[in-house]
Amino acid sequence: MTKNMLIAGFGGQGILFCGKFLAYEGLLEDKSVSWLPSYGPEMRGGTANCSVIISDIPVGSPIVSNPDILMVMNMPSLDKYEDATVSGGQIFVDSALIDRKVNRTDVEAYYIPATKLANDEGLSGLANMIMIGYVIKKSGIIPFENIDRALQKVVPASKQHLLDSNRKALELGYNFSE
Amino acid sequence: MSEKVLMKGNEALAEAAIMAGCRHYLGYPITPQTEIAAYMAKRMPKIGGTFLQAESEVSAINMVIGVASAGKRAMTSSSSPGISLKGEGLSYLAGCDLPAFVVNVQRGGPGLGGIQPSQSDYFQAVKGTSHGDYHMLVLAPASVQEMVSMTFKGFDLADKYRMTVMLLADGTMGQMMEPVSLDMGEVTEYEKPWAVTGTKGERAHNIVNSLFLKPEELEVKNFERYEKYRYIEENEVMYEEYMMDDADICIVAFGIAARISKNAIDMARAKGIKVGMLRPITLWPFPKKEMRAIADRVQSFISVELNMGQMIEDIKLATECTKPVYLCNRTGGMIMTPEEVLAKIEEASKGGNN
Amino acid sequence: MAVVFEKPKALTDAVLHYCPGCTHGIIHRLVAEAIDELGIQGKTVGIAPVGCSVMAYDYFDIDMVQAAHGRAPAVATGVKRANPENIVFTYQGDGDLAAIGTAETVHSAARGENITIIFVNNAIYGMTGGQMAPTTLPGQVTQTSPYGRDTASVGFPLKVCELLSNVDGATYLERVAVNNVKNVKAAKKAIKKAFEYQVEGKGFSLIEVVSTCPTNWGMTPQNALNWLEENMIPYYPLGVYKDKYAQEG
Repeated sequence: MTKNMLIAGFGGQGILFCGKFLAYEGLLEDKSVSWLPSYGPEMRGGTANCSVIISDIPVGSPIVSNPDILMVMNMPSLDKYEDATVSGGQIFVDSALIDRKVNRTDVEAYYIPATKLANDEGLSGLANMIMIGYVIKKSGIIPFENIDRALQKVVPASKQHLLDSNRKALELGYNFSE
Repeated sequence: MSEKVLMKGNEALAEAAIMAGCRHYLGYPITPQTEIAAYMAKRMPKIGGTFLQAESEVSAINMVIGVASAGKRAMTSSSSPGISLKGEGLSYLAGCDLPAFVVNVQRGGPGLGGIQPSQSDYFQAVKGTSHGDYHMLVLAPASVQEMVSMTFKGFDLADKYRMTVMLLADGTMGQMMEPVSLDMGEVTEYEKPWAVTGTKGERAHNIVNSLFLKPEELEVKNFERYEKYRYIEENEVMYEEYMMDDADICIVAFGIAARISKNAIDMARAKGIKVGMLRPITLWPFPKKEMRAIADRVQSFISVELNMGQMIEDIKLATECTKPVYLCNRTGGMIMTPEEVLAKIEEASKGGNN
Repeated sequence: MAVVFEKPKALTDAVLHYCPGCTHGIIHRLVAEAIDELGIQGKTVGIAPVGCSVMAYDYFDIDMVQAAHGRAPAVATGVKRANPENIVFTYQGDGDLAAIGTAETVHSAARGENITIIFVNNAIYGMTGGQMAPTTLPGQVTQTSPYGRDTASVGFPLKVCELLSNVDGATYLERVAVNNVKNVKAAKKAIKKAFEYQVEGKGFSLIEVVSTCPTNWGMTPQNALNWLEENMIPYYPLGVYKDKYAQEG
């Protein structure tokens, strides 16, 4: 099985970080993984996206142009990538930031007001991880039991105090029900 | 084997350079390879090494010349426009028979071009980075693991042959993360009796020099250097074959283009098209013999590259134009999709006009 | 019999190729004497430039690197950083140091590289046959300023010591000349001090040696020395432009 995932939003939303978290957990599950960010001036406040591939077979191209799973945290990203999502794929929308529905009828659309939840729960800046928790729940891209070990790998040593809040955000998303 | 870690290509290669014994990194910032400099700036002071941000690419490569002349492993890295500036030094490195390791994380050109991935410095790397008769050994990794292993090997080849080894990567290879093992084994140390370390009053003075005003002397130097190059062509060619056993069509691609081509090959195979790939890992020396042999058993070749068609010339030369060579390319920082490669495979399988 | 004069050990037996009356020979000798007197021949590495002194690597009996045009300070930086125990100097002309290599010169000074630069300023490109240099005087006739250097069109000469005296990283800057015995002795003292500073780890030093080019100036050696005295020195005043350790010295 190969899961091609595209995560997109604004720079500063932790788009690259949450993709790295997924990829690391994939690695710890002994899967083939790749993570490829957009790079350049758009990182500075503009749009950011990253391709994450988690697969049972060696990853070919690391570029995800037709995602099985699309996670978007701003309107331009939904506009840009909705049509690229494969038929039967999943689209995850931060409904606190995107006030329209997914137009496609051949994909599964999931809405979670992640940014609002984050602010309400004192997890400001962790909407990305709330989204990822929900993605894990609905896609099974990685097992949820082992999130701690991947978090330890991606949260820098100097910021280990953020482990708890990241875990809390993941759990919030995982247990979210519409 | 050591635990695999998830690392960016640029950072992984920087760590591999350190593991290869490099303690002198001289560079200048340019996207998309700046992580290499940032990584070195952090690591070098902690291990007694030197990280120096030079005032220019020109100066950086000349600092490399200084370190290499002094017998130490030296490295610089840049991206396309910066490599053009380093051209002068690369020629002097060749003329002085100095070992050096140079990384080009390519971006679109010409001119300032763009910052998205490209392979448009193929000609520059394998044909003519600068003036004079010379070659560099050019390595083209296609994964983060190869960014590491080719860096480690690159330093060894540079010392072994006293020449510049260029790692020709692109923006995706530099920016992507993949699981990587940093277990590289032992570093081979090479004697460098030619290095300028001071005579200590014990030997005649060493001179590191590329000036030979007598043409008959310069000709001999060049003949000797090309003897070495011929030996390298016989002994250091590296490539990978993918599904070539029964292939009717042979894709030739390196780096990110090879990764994309693998997807396309899998898609084509699912449709019953017998296609495979020869992926050069050394671009110079180019796997000429292997390609010539393949030409006798396939119907056609497809060159998949992120430029206007540069390597295709070498494929035609290597195969002596015995089979059609199709081109599947994007340029300027655009990257072809596997579907675009698949379309070219289907065209080739129908024997369309190339 | 007592030896009263001999060739410095740091010079080889190679016959210098310089033109009659050229002052490179004197300056080579002064550098070699300084190296001999400090007992550093075995650990000194020199960097030769592109220009008339390109073949300095054959004349100094020490390890040498021949650098690309203007890049000697960058090469010296690499050599010194690789083996800080070596004493490293560059020997450069005005075109090499103050035109094509300006960035390398200024930034090696800015970094405070613990190296020594011997800068030979004769106000002309010698090796290529007498073209205008960055230090060619206003009005001076050269092959590429045949009507005299026109400052309105091509600008003014660079005064390297003055320029670098504003660079915090530089330790010791002195301009000397080799047109008479007194000045030659002062030049020797300055060059030796620059090497001493490096041995003591005091940092970047540059000694600018105002010198002649009889061939391309189109003068006899004696007239060239006179011309230096009358025209060069007024524009390029001799003296110490910076010495961070002047109190101790």
